[in-house]
Amino acid sequence: MWVTCIGILTEVQMFRLLFALLFTLGLTQFALAQSTETEAPAADARASTGGATTLEDILARQRGEKVDNAYRSENTGQGNVEGLLGQFGTRGVASDSDVYRAIRYGSADTTVSSQGPAAGVLIQDGGMWWWNFRTGPLREYGSYIIAGMAAVILLFFLVRGKIRIDGEKTGRTVLRFNSFERFGHWLFAGSFLILGITGLLTLYGRDFLIPIFGKEGFATIAQGCKWLHNNLAWAFMLGLIIVTVNWIAHNIPNKTDLKWLAAGGGLFTKGSHPPAKKFNAGQKIIFWACILLGISISLSGLSLLFPFELPMFAKTFSIANSTGIPQALGLNLPVQMSPQEEMQYAQVWHVMVAYVFIAIIIAHIYLGSVGMEGAFDAMGTGEVEEQWAREHHSLWLEEVQEKEASKAAASPAE
Amino acid sequence: MKAFLAAATAMVVITVAAPFALNQIGFSAEQATSGPAVRLD
Repeated sequence: MWVTCIGILTEVQMFRLLFALLFTLGLTQFALAQSTETEAPAADARASTGGATTLEDILARQRGEKVDNAYRSENTGQGNVEGLLGQFGTRGVASDSDVYRAIRYGSADTTVSSQGPAAGVLIQDGGMWWWNFRTGPLREYGSYIIAGMAAVILLFFLVRGKIRIDGEKTGRTVLRFNSFERFGHWLFAGSFLILGITGLLTLYGRDFLIPIFGKEGFATIAQGCKWLHNNLAWAFMLGLIIVTVNWIAHNIPNKTDLKWLAAGGGLFTKGSHPPAKKFNAGQKIIFWACILLGISISLSGLSLLFPFELPMFAKTFSIANSTGIPQALGLNLPVQMSPQEEMQYAQVWHVMVAYVFIAIIIAHIYLGSVGMEGAFDAMGTGEVEEQWAREHHSLWLEEVQEKEASKAAASPAE
Repeated sequence: MKAFLAAATAMVVITVAAPFALNQIGFSAEQATSGPAVRLD
C-alpha cells in the first residue's frame, strides 16, 4: 500500500499541520503546568492556625497555584522531640500525620518486600499532573486529531472523488512489490492496526465499554488488550526493520520530488500526472513519517515494556534544555525525576506519537484502497496495471521496462 | 494474498512466543518486581 498513497500534497500538509498542532498542544500543557506552579501566593504566617494549613493554602492549591509545602514536608515529627520526651509511643515522637507527611514528601524510611526503583515510593506526589493530562487534554486533543483527519479525508473524497486511471487500461501488469516487500508491509501494517485498536481501547475503553460489559467484563477486555499490545509490539518492530531495509534506498529525496510537489502530485487536477520514480514525494513523506514515528514509538514502548529499566526522558530533556529551545518557548523541562515520572512521560509521549501516526495512516489507508483506482493491487497481488504505473510512477515504469528489454536482449528466445 | 497470510501467521507466532522467550531470559514481571524474600514457582 506504500505505493498506493500517491502521496499527495494533502498528506504533506496534514502531516505538518497535525504534527505541529500535537507538539504545540503537548508542550502547551507542560508549559501551563509549569507556569501555574510558579505563581506562588503571598506567604501566609499561619499564625491563626498555629502553623497548620490555612484556608488560603487550600484555596490556592485548588486554583492550581504553587503552595510552599516546606511547613508540612519538614513537619515529620522530628521537631516534637523536646515536647514529647517521656511520652514516646510505638512510633517514637511521630504522629500518624507526621508519618503520612514523611511518606508523601519522600523522607520516610520505608522498607518494602518488592523490589525495583519505584517500590519504595508509596505516594508519588508529582503524579497528579500526569493523571489529569492523561484523562483530559491528551485524549481530548488526540480525538480532535483523528476526527480532523477523518473529516479531511471525507471532504477530499466528496470534492475530488475516487482518483481513476485516466488513460485506457492496457491489460498488462507490472510487478510493483515482490513477496518479501509485501510481507514486510503487512507485518508492519497489520501489527500497527491491532496495536492502535488495543491502545485506544486501553485509553478510552473504560468510558464506553464498562457501561456495556460491566467492570468485570471490561477488566477481562483490558487485560486481553494489554497482553496483545505488549506481545504484538515485537512484530511491529520487526516489520519496521523490514520496511526500512526494503525501501530506504528508494526514499532518498531528489529533484523529481520538488517537481512532483509543485504539481500537487496531480491530486487536485484531473489528467495531471507528474513523473515519479518508485515512490513519489508524498509517499516518501509517509515513509519517513512512519520510520521516525515508528522508531520513537518503539523506544517509548520499550521503556513501558520494561518498567524503570530504560528511563529516557531525564536525559532527553537535559539535551533539549542544552539547546535553549525549551526555555525560549517558556518551558522548564525537568532533568531530575522520580522513576514513576519517567514512566509517565514515556506513556504521554507514546500516546502523542500514536495519535499522529494513526492520523497519517488513516490517510494512507484511504489512498491505498477506496481513494485510488488500481492502488491496492500493489500490495494485494503485487502486480499493477501498466497504465496505472505510467500515470503515477512513469520514471519507475521506464526503468522496469528498460531492464526487461535488456534482459530479453541478453537471453533471446530460442 | 500469500504475503498477507504469511505476515498474519508471523504476527500470531511472534505474539505467542514473545512472553515465553521473555520468561526464559528472566524478564518476567514477577521476577523483575519481587524481592529476595519472595519465592517464585
